[in-house]
Amino acid sequence: MTELSLHILDIAQNSIKAGADRIHIGVNEDIDGNLLTITVSDNGCGMSEELKNRVLSPFTTTRTTRKIGLGLPLLNMAAELSGGKLDIWSKEGVGTKVVATFVYNHIDRMPIGDLAATMTTLIQGNANVEFELDYKYKGKDFYFDTGEVKTKIDPVAIDNAEIIKWLYEYITESIEALRQEP
Amino acid sequence: MKSIEELAAIRERVKSNIELRENNENAKRVVVGMATCGIAAGARPVLNTIVEEVAKRGLKNVTVTQTGCIGVCKFEPIVEVYEPGKEKVTYVKVDPKKALRIVNDHLVNNNVVVEYTITSEK
Repeated sequence: MTELSLHILDIAQNSIKAGADRIHIGVNEDIDGNLLTITVSDNGCGMSEELKNRVLSPFTTTRTTRKIGLGLPLLNMAAELSGGKLDIWSKEGVGTKVVATFVYNHIDRMPIGDLAATMTTLIQGNANVEFELDYKYKGKDFYFDTGEVKTKIDPVAIDNAEIIKWLYEYITESIEALRQEP
Repeated sequence: MKSIEELAAIRERVKSNIELRENNENAKRVVVGMATCGIAAGARPVLNTIVEEVAKRGLKNVTVTQTGCIGVCKFEPIVEVYEPGKEKVTYVKVDPKKALRIVNDHLVNNNVVVEYTITSEK
């Protein structure tokens, strides 16, 4: 993957497969602490302790039709290459939380990239799932929730192309504004 | 600076244009692979291009959905087109430029872009 937003898109697919109907995505650019933290947490079916301990090993999957499974291992590698790590919390029947940390100014830390594109791709494909984005930059915060959007546009569906286009521009602009120095 | 309040105005405008999905025989379903393999290969911009172009061309009988790993990862990004009564068409190694052509040639004009399909791969 060339940008962290693609990793986020990838990991969120796990949440969807786990049957989550609420997925929280967190990005924290803690410049002063020189730490970048990416969080994907969900209220899906969760994993057993046994599966959770295996899941960073390549080609671990719950699918039975083919031997795939590289999303978490690749993110783990990206984090470790940047002086960080991946932590997973999971409980069956409750959900899963994946937290990846990166040394912010590490030369191998890949850019966050187009997070708005990741959000709209997730929303477009999963209109019945609520997505939250909590983006922190140097202590400032941008919060986005599809639930709030849906109440404003009802009865128009959130995966309506015009809404998706607006959401893309809204999220892009909001993150950019957050990252401007005051 | 955009604000969520703008959505109310968009809602008013779009609301009057919503048509119930036609349950017609011409309904086409476009499926884009969005698993790790697809994402790594560049499926996100392919999906976005298709969604935007389908909307731009006003194609009411087309739904665009995402799927997991299809099983031929080296051919990702993959775009499948399903149409009742017709054989599934599998486009491989798609990029935004090819995606545009697929929407316009296949979805609009019903001309499969054979050179982009899996059968054209050696």
